[in-house]
Amino acid sequence: MDLRVGRHAVLGEMEGGKLVTIYVDGVPLKAREGEPIAAALYAHGIRTTRYSPRLGEPRGPFCMIGRCTECAMTVDGEPNVRTCMTAVRDGMRVDTPGRPGE
Amino acid sequence: MNLPLEHTALAVVGAGPAGLCAAVEAARSGVPVVVLDENERAGGQLFKQVHRFFGSRRHGAGKRGYEIADDLIAECLRAGVDIRLGSSVIAFFPEGELMVDGPGGVYLVRPQAVVIATGASEKTIAFPGWTLPGIMGAGAAQTLVNVHGVLPGKRVLIAGAGNVGLIVSYQLLQAGADVVGIVEASHGVSGYEVHLDRVRREGVPIYPGHRIISARGRDGLEAVVVKDLRGGRTVLFEADSLCMAVGMSPMAELAAMRGCRMVFREELGGFLPWHDEKMRAGLQGVYVAGDAAGVEEASVAMEEGRMSGISAAEEMGSMKKRQAAARRAAVSRRLADLRRGPYGEARMAAKCSLYCA
Repeated sequence: MDLRVGRHAVLGEMEGGKLVTIYVDGVPLKAREGEPIAAALYAHGIRTTRYSPRLGEPRGPFCMIGRCTECAMTVDGEPNVRTCMTAVRDGMRVDTPGRPGE
Repeated sequence: MNLPLEHTALAVVGAGPAGLCAAVEAARSGVPVVVLDENERAGGQLFKQVHRFFGSRRHGAGKRGYEIADDLIAECLRAGVDIRLGSSVIAFFPEGELMVDGPGGVYLVRPQAVVIATGASEKTIAFPGWTLPGIMGAGAAQTLVNVHGVLPGKRVLIAGAGNVGLIVSYQLLQAGADVVGIVEASHGVSGYEVHLDRVRREGVPIYPGHRIISARGRDGLEAVVVKDLRGGRTVLFEADSLCMAVGMSPMAELAAMRGCRMVFREELGGFLPWHDEKMRAGLQGVYVAGDAAGVEEASVAMEEGRMSGISAAEEMGSMKKRQAAARRAAVSRRLADLRRGPYGEARMAAKCSLYCA
C-alpha cells in the first residue's frame, strides 16, 4: 500500500528528500531523508508500531507530537524511541517491540 | 551528577506562534532570548495549517499558517533570538532551572525569566477498540498529511464537527483521501459556517447526534460502529482511518512542576496554570502564553505571546513602564477583538474569571 500524497492541491509536489533505506524488523523499506520514522512506516501502510506488553494488542501512532508514546519502537538497539519525533537515517534498524513470535 | 549549567536572560519553551511572538517582543527590546523546542523545525503547529487564516491583517489574515510561521521565524532571527531545535525541556525545577535534553546531551539553563509556551495536546474518547492502529488525533492526521505528505488512510471517518474536524476533513480531501463522514455526538455543528460549507460542497455526509460505539479490526482499524442517538439505529462505516477531533487540553506540566497553581476551566480545555492579564503565572519570572495557558487559537496565541514577552522585558528592566503599558493595552484590545462570538465570549469570560476582580 502506498499512502504518499504525491501532488497536493495547495502545496504542489510533495516529493521531499532523497530516498534512504531503513530496516523494519529486518525488512528493507524506502524512506525519505528527514521524515519521521512513523511517517515512513505509515507511507507503506505499516500502522502498528508496537504491541502492548501484557495483552499483545497492536498500537500505532496517535498524537504525532511526541506525547502519547504509542509509536515508541526500538531504533538501532535503543528501546522506547518516539518514532514520530525521530528522523530516518540511511541504514537505520527499526524493530517493533512485543511483535508476536519475536 | 554535574551537568553543564548555562545562564540566560529569557528562556522561552516552545517555538510555536506564542513562543516565537514572546521571543520577538523581548528580543527587540534588548533582552537576550533562547527558545527551546523539541521539534526539528520551529513554527509549532502553524506548519500544518495550509488553509488561509481569517481575522485581521495584523494576524496574517489571508496567509496560510506555514507562511505566518516562516515570517515569525525570520523576525526572531533578525532580532537575534537563539532558537534551539531538537531540544526537549524535560524539567522545570522549583529553584528555577530548566533541564534540557538537546542534540549534544543534557544540560541545565538558569534563566532570569521563563515563558512557558508549550501548546496543547489532543483529547480523545474511549470506546471498545479505541487503541487500534489507524485511530489517531485529527491534528496528528493533519501533521501526517500536510507536513509529511502521507495520508492517514484511504477511507477516513472524522469524529467531531468543530473547526478542527471540518478543516482536517477538507484537507484530507485536498490530499486525495476519501472522507466517508463526520460524526458528531451533539445535535449541532460547532465549527464555522465557512468550513462546513466547504466539506458539504464536496459531498461529505455529516452525522450530528451520532456517537461512536466501537472500532473493529484485527491488526488495525477496519470499521467503526456508530449509533444514532435519536433513533437508536447503528451504522457501520468501513474505514481504515478514524480521526478524533474532540478537543484539546493545555500542555502545561512544566508550570505544574515549577509550582504554579493549576486551575480548571472547561472552556479553555481543562487544567491550566493560573495567570494574570500580563501572562504572569504567579511566581517570580514565570510567564505562560498560548494554548498552554488555555486552548484558543493561533491568533490568540500570538497575542498572548507578545503580552508575555512585553511583561518579561519590562520586569527585567529592558522596557520602560510607560512603553510596556502602551504596548500591553494594544495587545489587550486585539485580544478582545479575537474573543468575540459565542465561543470567543465564553473563552473571554473564562480568562476573565482568573484575574478580573
